[in-house]
Amino acid sequence: MAALFVMSRAQLALARSRLGAALPWLLALGFYLLFDDQLALGTNVLVMILLTLSLDLCLGRAGIITLGQSAFFGLGAYVAGIVALRVTEEPLFGLCAATLASAVFGALTGALILHTEGVALLMLTLAISALLEELANHASEWTGGADGLQGMSVAPVFGVFRFDLFKHTAFLYALAVLFLWFVVLQSLIASPLGRSIDGIRQSPARMRAIGTPVWWRRLCVYTLSAAMAGSAGALSAQTTRFVGLTTLSVLVSGTAVVMLVLGGIRRRYAAFVGATVYVVVQDYAAQINPFHWMLVVGILLMVTVLFLEGGLASLPEALGRWFSAALARSRRRRAPASGRSPT
Amino acid sequence: MIAFLTTLLDGLAYGMVLFIISVGLTLTMGLMRVVNLAHGAFAMIGGYVAAVSIEGGLPWALAALLGSAAAGASGGVAEVFLYRPLYNKGELAQMLLTFGLVFVVTGLLTLVFGVEFKRIPLPDSLSGEVSLGFRTYPLYRLFVIGVGALLAFALWLTIDRSLYGARLRAAVDNPAMARGIGMDVDKLFTVTFVFGCALAGLGGVIGSELLLVEPTYALKHLVTFLVVVVVGGHASFKGSFVAALVLGTVETFGKFYVPSLAAYLSFVLVLVLLLWRPHGVLPARSLS
Repeated sequence: MAALFVMSRAQLALARSRLGAALPWLLALGFYLLFDDQLALGTNVLVMILLTLSLDLCLGRAGIITLGQSAFFGLGAYVAGIVALRVTEEPLFGLCAATLASAVFGALTGALILHTEGVALLMLTLAISALLEELANHASEWTGGADGLQGMSVAPVFGVFRFDLFKHTAFLYALAVLFLWFVVLQSLIASPLGRSIDGIRQSPARMRAIGTPVWWRRLCVYTLSAAMAGSAGALSAQTTRFVGLTTLSVLVSGTAVVMLVLGGIRRRYAAFVGATVYVVVQDYAAQINPFHWMLVVGILLMVTVLFLEGGLASLPEALGRWFSAALARSRRRRAPASGRSPT
Repeated sequence: MIAFLTTLLDGLAYGMVLFIISVGLTLTMGLMRVVNLAHGAFAMIGGYVAAVSIEGGLPWALAALLGSAAAGASGGVAEVFLYRPLYNKGELAQMLLTFGLVFVVTGLLTLVFGVEFKRIPLPDSLSGEVSLGFRTYPLYRLFVIGVGALLAFALWLTIDRSLYGARLRAAVDNPAMARGIGMDVDKLFTVTFVFGCALAGLGGVIGSELLLVEPTYALKHLVTFLVVVVVGGHASFKGSFVAALVLGTVETFGKFYVPSLAAYLSFVLVLVLLLWRPHGVLPARSLS
């Protein structure tokens, strides 16, 4: 009888991890219900989470140090925008086209540059994204140049859910796409491919020695990461109905790296924490002064790198460790005192 | 022909500015192997300090030295408190910390000086034009070319031929061994870092005619400075000298002859050079 009420330790742990896994999504739905007037900001957070997840796959998991994620984000945004203006207003088609375009671009550029490592690789990713930015600036017939792509309209999702002014549809649409990618990412990480990627990050030479096709595996991950970033760009274009040159700028790549590290690299929900904190802090600080946010974000980033290697998502653990260490210390201090009985 | 020669001189002057700023980065990032994205921030600090000193009535040369010293001092502080804990933590942590530093410096400078660019007016003795036989040419650009060439020579002497240079190369190649034979490696690194940042500050002042001093300076030119160091080859002064001059000249010629393609030209050049030689055009031989 009692067994019905008392769960075993393993069951309890399972229930807790399930609750932990569901919590961010419940929070997102709660946000949707409670903060009706903040959904534009919320949608932006979701897009940034997807971008950060794509970077975590590439930089965190595979160890490909890149500052070129903006190329895929911007390409996705422009493809989605151009498709909406010239081909069809159907959002899912635009999303798929953008994702595919970014994946192809990722595969092509990745094949070109992934044999290099370290700073040379960093520079190559930078150069490619800068090249793409110049290209978008010059091809103003297609991209609108410095003015950006304007006047795009997006048809209702499944022909039913209209994109309203208050971003109700936009928020749920972005949340759904994010969830799909999250599931793909989690199953990838658990797969043999994911395990071998972990190995490649830790020691490419050893993985090569046991017969792993290192270059090919890295290319696969790079392509998938590009596709995710492209989806994020498409979401950004479709939900704001605007694509500017800034989507291709180095600042986007830098922002993604900052959000990733703020949250914590290679942690399941760290991208959620990092992107949320970043966007909210940026929004709040920029309301006071548009350049304040750089100062605040810069300090946040430096403190994280110097003192909190696991990112904000590891803060509870770090505090827990610190607390239990302090507890043990005080117990040790008290123990000899109580042991010294009056003689 | 006259146009060609003028463009060549313009390109050389621009290349020399790139060299003066980037050679400091070759010291800190190439030789000491810290991924240093904040180099432009120190150049910017130099520029701002010089501009403020000139507004305060100091002569140009003194202001330039003061700017350079300020950049060096802030570099020293940053090295001791920020960079040193990260020497063994890998590229990513270094990249992030220095990126954060760029943000902080940009934010602070904007807070104090606003978003407009700062002018560093030239002294009368450098602002005229001189006759070169085929045409007149701004004296200041010739001055820049001269300073760059002089600096290149002095650096070659210091790093390649002096005891300090030998010590530095030894400490970078094998810090444990260098400590073992009694060298103060920490101090050596701090001194080198100060030196590199002071060069950045000097370049920020001297190059302010071409690269305007403004809060977004460090982010805007970040790629350019990195390109010079990486294309030149890690830890290679000759390499960064050649890379700076080639990039400066190519970009200037591109702007003059094919303005519509100029923006692509330098990036395509970087792509081709790095794919051809991932370790730089003239990589240093001495490093193990």
